[in-house]
Amino acid sequence: MSKSNRQNTSYKISFLDRFKMAISLHKKNAASTLLDVLRHPTNSLLTILVLAIALALPTAFYVFSSNAKAISSNWSGGVQMALFLKDNVSQEQRAELVQELSFRPEFKEVVLVPKEEAIEEFKQQSGFGDALDYLAENPLPDSIILTPYDTHSAADMLEQLAQELEQNPMVDLAQLDMAWIQRYQAILEISQKIGTFVSILLAFGVLLIVGNTIRLAILNRRDEIQVIKLVGATDAFIRRPFLYTGFWYGLIAALLAALMVNIVLLLLQRPSSTLAELYNSGFSLMGLEPNQTLTLLAIGAGLGLFGAWFSVSKHLKDIQPT
Amino acid sequence: MIEFHQVFKRYEGGHEALKGVSFELPAGEMAFLTGHSGAGKSTLLKLIALMERPTRGQVILDNQNISKVKDRHIPYHRRKIGMIFQDHRLLFDRTVFDNVALPLIIAGVSDREIPKRVRAALDKVGLLSKEKQLPIQLSGGEQQRVGIARAVVNKPPLLLADEPTGNLDPELSADIMNLFAEFNQVGVSVLIASHDLALIARMRHPVITLKEGRTIRNELAEAAFDE
Repeated sequence: MSKSNRQNTSYKISFLDRFKMAISLHKKNAASTLLDVLRHPTNSLLTILVLAIALALPTAFYVFSSNAKAISSNWSGGVQMALFLKDNVSQEQRAELVQELSFRPEFKEVVLVPKEEAIEEFKQQSGFGDALDYLAENPLPDSIILTPYDTHSAADMLEQLAQELEQNPMVDLAQLDMAWIQRYQAILEISQKIGTFVSILLAFGVLLIVGNTIRLAILNRRDEIQVIKLVGATDAFIRRPFLYTGFWYGLIAALLAALMVNIVLLLLQRPSSTLAELYNSGFSLMGLEPNQTLTLLAIGAGLGLFGAWFSVSKHLKDIQPT
Repeated sequence: MIEFHQVFKRYEGGHEALKGVSFELPAGEMAFLTGHSGAGKSTLLKLIALMERPTRGQVILDNQNISKVKDRHIPYHRRKIGMIFQDHRLLFDRTVFDNVALPLIIAGVSDREIPKRVRAALDKVGLLSKEKQLPIQLSGGEQQRVGIARAVVNKPPLLLADEPTGNLDPELSADIMNLFAEFNQVGVSVLIASHDLALIARMRHPVITLKEGRTIRNELAEAAFDE
């Protein structure tokens, strides 16, 4: 029926022409809405900034949490156990223990850190330096740093080992930095869950902001929409420029968000490498990779488009010519 | 072209705008629709353009019962009708050219064709020299001509006009009416709602008179009866 209707118009339009015109209309809509957004920066800037921040927060969170994961994966290969010895242990006993430990199959490396050495290192790295000279005696104990083979690095195995070594009368404390890693990973997991939740909320926020912006744009052009409907415009024709507007909002906001995150990363590059050096870690801050940036742009543009779609399908129906 | 069979229209809130209207406008005919304000003229035109749906009765356009036109096909229905309004309904942020081009863009006419057809329409209403102006720079009569150019640019088989001369002085009104008569002479069906009885009398076209939602006089039917 629509077909016969269309053919009833006195001007005949071939299928090919109609297809060509549809493409050219899309191009025109895309271009004119982009120009509209760019030409009226005062109208759109605030909205785009809010959208950019809403997109930048989860992106930044994602980057930091993947960095945090990378840090902990560096660690799991290099778990160490520290045995702190009791004060009354003699030098001979100490050497004997080191010998005994190096014969065990679990350990790749056994390093004795005498308390004199420990305090020197502490002086250098802590920055207290000379202040420590005023201490009457060295408060640090002797310690033995044990590095297990990877095959013996599983958490429960190491914990058993630590318990066993603590039974030794010379050992005051067997400290496993594993516990710290586990805690770190647990915290990471919780913060990731929170991050996902907040990201979903912010995505909804983006949808609502775009939806509301488009709603206002529709209401602003109420009279125009009525006239266009009167001269035979389909809903698709009226919808299209609004959808493009939403798309551009989302895309431009995502570009801005990528820029913001990269600026923050750039600012953090030096402090983070200094921090990594302090921990003798080869870790370096990972930025947004090209494919992640593309994903961000796609999400931004997609959210913009969907926000506009919801708004348009809700509000366009209410506007009928009178 | 248009047939109304016992058409009733009751608005939400209970106001009955039409109470059993029947008439027929043959294809290629030009007729006036008259009556006091509130008699139902605008409602009748809105039913034809599917801006409203009848409560009861049949509206037939081009041998097709338009109550069967689904909502999503209304745009294609409206492309067959050129509509002219008392308040012109132009887009004030676009030039005369762009206003007239609108129905062509909507119908998907190619970029090559559009300027030709727009200029042909503007030429017919005598505004070819003003295509680059904004509607606000034109007089009331000129704005109405832009509205007419927009209505005819797609060459629809039917023109509907709702008080097209309502805001114009008698001389301009006569010009506008003559313009409609010219379109009618090339085969376009025209239905004009107007309460300017003096002008209507001079035009010598059939008149349908509405009073309180009913057809009280139908010269179209009388003419058919006389034959």
